[in-house]
Amino acid sequence: MLEINNLHVNVGETQILKGLNLKINSGEVHAIMGPNGAGKSTLSYVLSGRAGYEVTEGTISYQGKNLLDMEPEKRAGEGIFLAFQYPVEIPGVSTMNFLKAAVNSVRKYRGDKEFDAMEFLKFVREQTKILNISDDMLKRAVNVGFSGGEKKRAEVLQMAVLDPILAVLDETDSGLDVDALRIVGEGVTALRSSKRSMLVITHYQRLLDYIIPDVVHVLSSGKIVDTGDKNLALELEKNGYEIYSEAVA
Amino acid sequence: MVAVKETLDQVQTVEKYKYGFVTDIEADQAPKGLNEDIIRFISKKKDEPSWLLDWRMKAYEHWLGMKEPDWAKVGYPKIDYQDAFYYSAPKSGDDGPESLDDVDPEILETYKKLGIPLHEQEVLAGVKNVAVDAVFDSVSVATTFKEALSKEGIIFCPISEAVKDHPELVRKYLGSVVPYSDNFFATLNSAVFTDGSFVYIPKGVDCPMELSTYFRINASNTGQFERTLIIADEGSKVSYLEGCTAPMRDENQLHAAVVELVVLGDADIKYSTVQNWYPGDENGVGGIYNFVTKRAACRGKNSKVSWTQVETGSAITWKYPSCILQGDNSVGEFYSVAITNNCQQADTGTKMIHLGKNTSSKIIAKGISAGRSQSTYRGLVKMMPKAEESRNYTQCDSLLIGKKCGAHTVPYIESRNQSAKVEHEATTSKIADDQLFYCRQRGISEEDAVALIVNGFCRDVLQELPMEFAVEAQKLVGISLEGSVG
Ligand SMILES: Nc1ncnc2c1ncn2[C@@H]1O[C@H](COP(=O)(O)OP(=O)(O)OP(=O)(O)O)[C@@H](O)[C@H]1O
Ligand SMILES: [Mg+2]
Repeated sequence: MLEINNLHVNVGETQILKGLNLKINSGEVHAIMGPNGAGKSTLSYVLSGRAGYEVTEGTISYQGKNLLDMEPEKRAGEGIFLAFQYPVEIPGVSTMNFLKAAVNSVRKYRGDKEFDAMEFLKFVREQTKILNISDDMLKRAVNVGFSGGEKKRAEVLQMAVLDPILAVLDETDSGLDVDALRIVGEGVTALRSSKRSMLVITHYQRLLDYIIPDVVHVLSSGKIVDTGDKNLALELEKNGYEIYSEAVA
Repeated sequence: MVAVKETLDQVQTVEKYKYGFVTDIEADQAPKGLNEDIIRFISKKKDEPSWLLDWRMKAYEHWLGMKEPDWAKVGYPKIDYQDAFYYSAPKSGDDGPESLDDVDPEILETYKKLGIPLHEQEVLAGVKNVAVDAVFDSVSVATTFKEALSKEGIIFCPISEAVKDHPELVRKYLGSVVPYSDNFFATLNSAVFTDGSFVYIPKGVDCPMELSTYFRINASNTGQFERTLIIADEGSKVSYLEGCTAPMRDENQLHAAVVELVVLGDADIKYSTVQNWYPGDENGVGGIYNFVTKRAACRGKNSKVSWTQVETGSAITWKYPSCILQGDNSVGEFYSVAITNNCQQADTGTKMIHLGKNTSSKIIAKGISAGRSQSTYRGLVKMMPKAEESRNYTQCDSLLIGKKCGAHTVPYIESRNQSAKVEHEATTSKIADDQLFYCRQRGISEEDAVALIVNGFCRDVLQELPMEFAVEAQKLVGISLEGSVG
């Protein structure tokens, strides 16, 4: 469902991704690990269509379509979701309103009936229970004054309500305490299905204890340098990335 | 809360200025130009007592010796005051219709299109009954719920009618807050004002419904000079709303209104405005010059006045709703959202004049500028020698969209009392790219994202509006910024 070929991406003058290849099938969960600055978030932004990330070479095909042709909101409508490494604050806009605007935009795009206020409330409540998100949090402005853990849980809530086909989770485990990690891990796992693929970016094996990946990749210096099964994550945790930096150099 | 979604829907379906149509009716107009005869003509049309004609004449004489103000940060070609009509009334509404049956069906249709309920059984937004006074060019064409209100002793009628039926009240209070000599545009208004609303809330009465006036400029080349006078007697309470629209025309039209609020001891007036006069086109052709004087006098102990305004329309806006806090412990509030897009100019703010002891005022002003527009917040906070322990808090936030617009903040603070406290905070920001991207990643289009973010920015002000208007205002925020990004 997702096929990235020879992807080269520049930010300004600097080349960040240098010939990245990745293929994800429907229903698969892939994990990407790699050192700081390797280009993991860059990949997530290119997939979601952020301005300023210039694709100089290569292709991305998503469900048989050229992803690079689409505006960000269209990609969201087509089922791409990004859980941000650094979720953005929107003062004065309640989380509830934001979620509703998002869900209804996407429903409209997909030709589904938009929710009215009551229907939406019911729909959201089903998800907030699982993720242990209080009504009080939904009333607060989007990410404003949220703790690190609350932000990450709110991202997973957005993923749950937007029902994506490809979810990219960028360090959704960072900043979480043990309990929150379990809640997020189980929350994401509950969303696994044969129709949904996931790309999980993380530095730590512990998240992968909950979200057991089908494939693990190592991204280093703008390329996928190794691919394996879940055991690769365990090895990386033990040995670090040093062997790869030699390989690149 | 529901409204944001509606905003998004509306933004997609409503064209830029949906109120821009013209109603084709026969009008009764005064000859073009301004002179003593025109003033006599207006006064005669309204069948006014001689004291009022004298007052108009004094104002006119004074006006002849005045200079048009140029201190505001707005620019416009010189207005030819002789090249406009000062009175235009729908023919059928000449003496004021007795009931809705007498109102020209074309006019009823107009209000229907505008979504203003003139039949009492219609309810606005389904929330609560709202009494409406509809002013069409120079006259009031209908006022609803008059009888229901009069049972409480409340007077709500066109000011021209109040002059006849309640001369003692009008004579006592007209010009008592904004004297005829006040400023160039207020003085002009005093000379030629045509209609507007009059409200009197008796002692101890809490007005059971929202009162509102809906102003519509229809005739071309006509100035609108309405005058509103609201008196809240001791211990009474009222919430009043005004809304305004005008057809799209290439020429500029002058709207110079005066609003006077008299708040007696323990009384409370909440005055809300959603100003959506035609702003002109993308190139700045046409639009209303909105030069308005609004002032409230808190005359008794514990009296309170709160101005809330959402200014999205007009080519130029020049207005400073003010509070004179004379009674001890009186409270003045000013909540403002001013949105300018394309070539619009707004110079708006407030004046808080603290005279009494322990008076307090709060100013929350949000300016949003897009396109090539210019927006200025201009505010005066004045602590007079007897204003012991008085305090003011001012917060001015500007949001810029794009690179060609401007936002300016001009606060004047004058304190002549050591114990008074004045606090001022100001910020200027832009809609951040990461905010826009975050919204778009969630499926929200760029325009809807701007509407959402700006509504969030204005939240503190919009939530002060009565429910019925808050919904409308949130939609307007989205619509008036259309085309400002991308
Ligand atoms: N907007 C930008 N301007 C300049 N450099 C950028 C920009 N965005 C990313 N970079 C650079 O690109 C490189 C890759 O960044 P990226 O955020 O993709 O790394 P990452 O793998 O997600 O790292 P981390 O594990 O620390 O989150 C870094 O060297 C970073 O400084
Ligand atoms: Mg990163």
